[in-house]
Amino acid sequence: MSGNPRTLAPQLQTVEIEPYYQPVRDEVALFESAHRRRLPVLLKGPTGCGKTRFVEYMAWRLKRPLVTVACHDDLTTADLVGRYLIVGNETVWVDGPLAAAVRAGAICYLDEIVEARKDTTVVIHPLADNRRMLAIDKRGELLAAPDDFMLVISYNPGYQSVLKEIKPSTRQRFVALEFDYPEAAVEAGIVATEGGVDAETARRLVKLAELTRNLKGAGLDEGASTRLLVHAAQLIADGVEPAAACTAAIARALSDDPEMTGTLDDLVRAVF
Amino acid sequence: MTARRLFSNELEERLDELLFASTSHRSAKGIADGLEKLTREQQERVLHWVGVAAQSYAEVGYLVASLAPRALARLDAAGFEAWVLAGLDAYDRQGGQAAMALLRDLDGFCAARAHAPAAARFADIEVRLARFIQGLSGRALALSAGAFPHTDTETVFLPAQLASLPTQDENRRLYKATAALLWAQTRYGTFGTAAVGIEAALARWPDRERALRWFAALEAVRLEAVLGAELPGLAAEIAALRGPWPEGLRAAAERLGRPDAAVSQTLTFLAECMAGEAEAPMLPHAGAIDLEAALRVRAARQERETDIVRKALSTLKGFGGRQGAGESSPAVNLEGGKLEFSLDGEALALPPEAQAAAQSLLQDLGELPPECLVPAGPGAWQPTEREGGGEDALTSHREPHRRYDEWDYRRRAYRRDWCHLFEVDLPPGDPDYVVKVSLRNTAAIRQIRRRFEMLRGEDRLLGRQPEGEEIDVDALVEAAGDRAAGAEPEARLYSRRIRCERSLAAMFMVDMSGSTKGWVNDAERESLVMLCEALETLGDAYAIYGFSGWTRTRCDIYPVKRFDEAYDAAVRGRIAAVEAKDYTRMGVAIRHLTQLLEAQPARHRLLVTLSDGRPDDFGDEYRGHYGVEDTRRALQEAHERGVRSYCVTIDRHGADYLPRLYGPARYTVLDDAKKLPLKVADIYRRLTT
Ligand SMILES: Nc1ncnc2c1ncn2[C@@H]1O[C@H](COP(=O)(O)OP(=O)(O)O)[C@@H](O)[C@H]1O
Ligand SMILES: [Mg+2]
Repeated sequence: MSGNPRTLAPQLQTVEIEPYYQPVRDEVALFESAHRRRLPVLLKGPTGCGKTRFVEYMAWRLKRPLVTVACHDDLTTADLVGRYLIVGNETVWVDGPLAAAVRAGAICYLDEIVEARKDTTVVIHPLADNRRMLAIDKRGELLAAPDDFMLVISYNPGYQSVLKEIKPSTRQRFVALEFDYPEAAVEAGIVATEGGVDAETARRLVKLAELTRNLKGAGLDEGASTRLLVHAAQLIADGVEPAAACTAAIARALSDDPEMTGTLDDLVRAVF
Repeated sequence: MTARRLFSNELEERLDELLFASTSHRSAKGIADGLEKLTREQQERVLHWVGVAAQSYAEVGYLVASLAPRALARLDAAGFEAWVLAGLDAYDRQGGQAAMALLRDLDGFCAARAHAPAAARFADIEVRLARFIQGLSGRALALSAGAFPHTDTETVFLPAQLASLPTQDENRRLYKATAALLWAQTRYGTFGTAAVGIEAALARWPDRERALRWFAALEAVRLEAVLGAELPGLAAEIAALRGPWPEGLRAAAERLGRPDAAVSQTLTFLAECMAGEAEAPMLPHAGAIDLEAALRVRAARQERETDIVRKALSTLKGFGGRQGAGESSPAVNLEGGKLEFSLDGEALALPPEAQAAAQSLLQDLGELPPECLVPAGPGAWQPTEREGGGEDALTSHREPHRRYDEWDYRRRAYRRDWCHLFEVDLPPGDPDYVVKVSLRNTAAIRQIRRRFEMLRGEDRLLGRQPEGEEIDVDALVEAAGDRAAGAEPEARLYSRRIRCERSLAAMFMVDMSGSTKGWVNDAERESLVMLCEALETLGDAYAIYGFSGWTRTRCDIYPVKRFDEAYDAAVRGRIAAVEAKDYTRMGVAIRHLTQLLEAQPARHRLLVTLSDGRPDDFGDEYRGHYGVEDTRRALQEAHERGVRSYCVTIDRHGADYLPRLYGPARYTVLDDAKKLPLKVADIYRRLTT
């Protein structure tokens, strides 16, 4: 290795303003405890139930920078760890988000981990056990994670594909926090706050969600998520007629099957 | 695919095959002559429906065949199908004579169809309505056609046709309103609670019929208001449909039309109505109340559910099994409609089945019957199923190919080598069956092929390859950087398109039990044709096996296509030979097929089961809980061995046991067998992308 090429680290974001997060169970305390004990965390739960928001909130609470990576099937190890680039006549090393997060003692959130290529997932293993190391092979560098660094991954167990399961060797390194849609009153509070609608409208939206969740496995893969309720609420707050808002933001988002859409329309009309 | 028409002699041969059971020994010659001039597509359609009809009753099949040319001259494909279905419907409901009369009255059918715009048919709205009710439901509630609208608390019966309102749209909404109101009867206490006995209250009046009519009308008033609290849109729709309350119900609307009104208030008001002379006003959507049926069904359910809850509580630690007298009983906490049990301050988690039973009891009674909470005590554990003494009489004397353990949930242990498994060859079936199905489904098959080609064609651009058709710019830049930095540069600088290696082996397990006879079996076979098309396009390794049997000593597995077999004429013949046989002992079939799958060199292994409901076997041993638990266990074992399972169930009616049954596996429920062939390829696609 000749010389010591300049290292570029991407700017890390800090969460300055407290994100709105409504705790559902004891997840805040568990997360804090895992952070103190330097344990990595797995967030398990259906899409749109507040996992991402929770991590943002915890980053704010723990005053750590947050690095979020949405995983996809072309994500390579270099995309996470970093690569050499040429700038002018000079060679520079650019840290990938994971390396940057390790250096900065940040929280690194790998969203939807099962989407990543299997060989990519492996680089996180030494970070996720008591070694807490990240190997940067290209530079022959072994980064030791500072105490503040924390690895968080998320996973939706509702996927049906056999190709999208999290490997036990990965899963077993993490403290798992289970997420689900919160209880009706709590969820209505979230929808009212996030969507800017009155309590009664929020209550009805949650009622509608409950009806669609009754259809899980009977024509629907999943019922309406909190996220969809918030979307519908935002449309309503913007002046869209409630039934039309629900049809667009919820019913159409859940299914393309004409018969199923018919049923969903009936349910929308039953509530509004 | 276009094919020439069939000649009369060919048609005759096929008809003979379909109608051989006909009692009337008439020759099919005349009928075949009549069909000769139809197009091949029409001919295949007729033969298909003749076959379907003949499975119910050969004479009906015969009649369909002979009337088909006339029917096809006046009806399009959908109309023809509707005509046959109407006939079969009549057969199911009223028998052969009614069916034949309906089919013969072609004029009447065509006229009704021409007028039909105004009428709504149950068959047309059933699926959508069933899902709607399931969406509303606290617990499963089936829908079924019946003479008059009412509910027995487990099924909602609706008339086969509604035409009382001027437009079809209104009649459809009338269906919805009626169904919703009947659902509300089961949900909001119409049939009484532990505190309110309806039977006793109604027994006061000698004119019971009049009392029931008043009761139904008053409940319609009360329930609409109760619905309005949670489902205001639905309540408004019902209100619009019924119009203003009739004179005779105005007072009732004042008194009972409140969101918190209870059935006891209806009964109080009923007394006032009965004191007067007036008849109950007619409401279009109120339905009737069959109190006897509702109370009978409900009592049976309560007994069953009480038993389930009690047994579940008994097996939980500490309770019932504890030594000595003065045992504490579990505390029930009912906060926010959520039911929780605890014993000595410690929360008890019931299995989902028992939790559902408790929730259902709560819905019916407003409380849990005290018997639930009485410990069964040591030794009082009485499984309802007893080991059948008679079953071993059927023991086969052949030597089985393999023996498998079976899980006995009562013992919490396996019965060793309990099931005797035989691989049985299927006799070749109709060699043209697959061609015929393909002909009938050309469009669908074309679509499946296109979709799956796309999947297979999901070529990936793989970067960082030693050679390839394009330069990988990222890799090149990186290598230049490495070189400049003095690190060893990467030599793999190309990108290459490669076909994705799926490395997946799929096993399809097909229910050949007697209960699949008829449409389900047809649907299964057609699904196999579609599946084979899809999988051949895709190139995944796959196998198909049927299963059925008769007691533990004769568990039969029928290879349709082994992993190492091509999709050839022999396989096609075996698909045609998949037929309804005996019973459904599912666990052993799952275990055997898991073993076959394990031998496959693929990275991912998938087991897909197609069945029509509960596991069941001769004698009452495998029926019920035992079979459910064994099947669940077998799926769990498969999971532990790296086999992922997906269960497709055709079951129109309350499939409340499925979450338990399929525990570790994923599943879907189809309410209509006809959808299976089109859905199954789609399901496979979702499972493997
Ligand atoms: N507990 C919660 N507190 C605050 N907002 C929430 C909560 N749960 C869900 N939300 C809302 O739902 C939306 C989707 O949540 P998100 O965190 O993106 O879901 P996930 O990451 O689980 O897919 C958020 O943008 C937020 O509006
Ligand atoms: Mg997210």
